[in-house]
Amino acid sequence: MRIGILYSRIRRDEKLLLAELRERGHEVEKIDVRSQRFGLESTTADVADLDLVVDRCLSTSRSLYATRFLDSYGVPVVNGPETGDVCADKATNSLALANADIPTPATEVAFTKEAAMEAIEAFGYPCVLKPVVGSWGRLMAKIDTRSAAEAILEHKETLGHYEHKVFYVQEFVDKPGRDIRVLAADGEPIAAMTRSSDHWLTNAAKGGETDSFALDDRAVELVERASEAVGGGLLGVDLMEVGGTDSGAYTVHEVNHTVEFKALTEASEVDVPARVADWLEATAETFANDRTDEVVV
Amino acid sequence: MTTNTDPVLAEDPITGEEIELPADVEVGEIIDSPVTGTELEVISLDPVVLEEAPELEEDWGE
Repeated sequence: MRIGILYSRIRRDEKLLLAELRERGHEVEKIDVRSQRFGLESTTADVADLDLVVDRCLSTSRSLYATRFLDSYGVPVVNGPETGDVCADKATNSLALANADIPTPATEVAFTKEAAMEAIEAFGYPCVLKPVVGSWGRLMAKIDTRSAAEAILEHKETLGHYEHKVFYVQEFVDKPGRDIRVLAADGEPIAAMTRSSDHWLTNAAKGGETDSFALDDRAVELVERASEAVGGGLLGVDLMEVGGTDSGAYTVHEVNHTVEFKALTEASEVDVPARVADWLEATAETFANDRTDEVVV
Repeated sequence: MTTNTDPVLAEDPITGEEIELPADVEVGEIIDSPVTGTELEVISLDPVVLEEAPELEEDWGE
């Protein structure tokens, strides 16, 4: 098959995937979105004969626009723009999970520092303040006191981009020093790992230590439902255990749409790039069959 | 003879020193300069050209 990779930076994740696809004999078209233009009916990117395009953009804004344009041209793209829209914004992400009755941390959004302070006081201390768009644990604040809250809110209101004036306030989940990342393809888990740290942020990007994790039935069910809630695709579903280690009770705090998997490859015994390539091949076939059905109809 | 396991040589754009890249290096890949530790982006392979990589932006991530 001919497969396109949207990118602006080739990380270890993309290198693993490129190697796997080429090894299988697929023709790979690397598309650096920084050098392309996207018109209302066509693009300078060479996408005409591609069986599937995989969005691996590091930049969320580029990811959302590029996939939206390709989708409008009828180019099969994963993850699709609808999934990206839901996952890219933490507030939208939380709403999707809550609307699907998936346990997720209690969250409030406020637009002024006064209203945000009311939300913070209502949650009590500690609670968490996050940017609605962001990743790798950046600009996350665990707020322990009212004076800290006042300072952080004032800084965000004064210094921030307008998105930082969308105050996303969340209950602090007292997780057992770790959270769980599950890579799933259309709801089916490919690999899972824990990310542990003495710090409240356990992201691998923040230096959290990773280890393999065996999903129980409840976690598998939540991953499947969370995937469906955001529109499906190749996703990183993040869960926290509530009630202690191996309690079997979880809350899903977010779903990521351009998921990194190098740490999972190292932590689990799963050949993650191979499983991702399997899913891409199956997805390309589904798109092709759907097109054939449309022609017949 | 060059084989695909031979390291690729390139000029560090900051120091001008010759540095060694992995044999399977890709256009768009980010390399940490062994001289300065600076992130360098592979702009082209024939010839091999490196530039200082873009700074991290707020919307980068997963």
